[in-house]
Amino acid sequence: MSLSSDEYKKMGEAAVPKTKCLRNLSGAFLIGGTICTIGQFVLNFYLDAGLSTPNASAACSMTLIAFSAVLTGFGVYDKIAKFGGGGTLVPITGFANAVVSPAMEFKSEGFVLGLGVKIFTIAGPVIVYGVLASVAYGIIYWVLKIM
Amino acid sequence: MEYLKAFIVGGIICAIGQVFIDKTKLTPARILVGFVVSGVILSALGFYEPLVEFAGAGATVPLSGFGHSLAKGVRAAVADKGFLGAFTGGLSATAGGITAAIVFGFIIAVFFKPKDK
Repeated sequence: MSLSSDEYKKMGEAAVPKTKCLRNLSGAFLIGGTICTIGQFVLNFYLDAGLSTPNASAACSMTLIAFSAVLTGFGVYDKIAKFGGGGTLVPITGFANAVVSPAMEFKSEGFVLGLGVKIFTIAGPVIVYGVLASVAYGIIYWVLKIM
Repeated sequence: MEYLKAFIVGGIICAIGQVFIDKTKLTPARILVGFVVSGVILSALGFYEPLVEFAGAGATVPLSGFGHSLAKGVRAAVADKGFLGAFTGGLSATAGGITAAIVFGFIIAVFFKPKDK
């Protein structure tokens, strides 16, 4: 097969983003899947220790958050994130990372207006819209129940 | 088997997040907000609980599971105390996670310096 350099260039451009996309996608799948599997281990540990399902689930979230906070402190989580992308962002550990990173970074601007404000840079909107959605659902659920 | 299900379902949910990162210009904060709100809506429609029963941590560890906890908390609280529950249920159910994020976030921020990227 003979190609002009123009055609070759076009083919290259078409192929590069696709493989990059696939690599990102498989990275996200593998890392995200691994974090959830670790979560399942932690969850089973608490269930075996005799905690009720909702309590074990909460304890599991808290444990993963603590792990992620420590890994973020040592700069390890951000290294995993370079490969994991969405796999490190979407789990609760990514939420913890988004709390710890700005808190650490803006500590230099003071404990109140630096750390205290920036700790909610990403957690803030997540909690605001999560709570708003849940209240809207709660009111609808209440109306449907009394009807 | 339980672990395999958690791995596959958790992996797929995270891969969906990756598609949003690659194909849209949404910032991480917007994507996380999207996942939490989607979790609330899917739970309200009754789709998320079966997924949790199937995949366990594969469905609860992604942030959509946080939305599911909010919705589940509200549902239980409304059944228990009526209208007031719509306001108390969500944060009560997720208090552990939010408090853990604040406490560990604060401790780590105090003792660690940011690493060079």
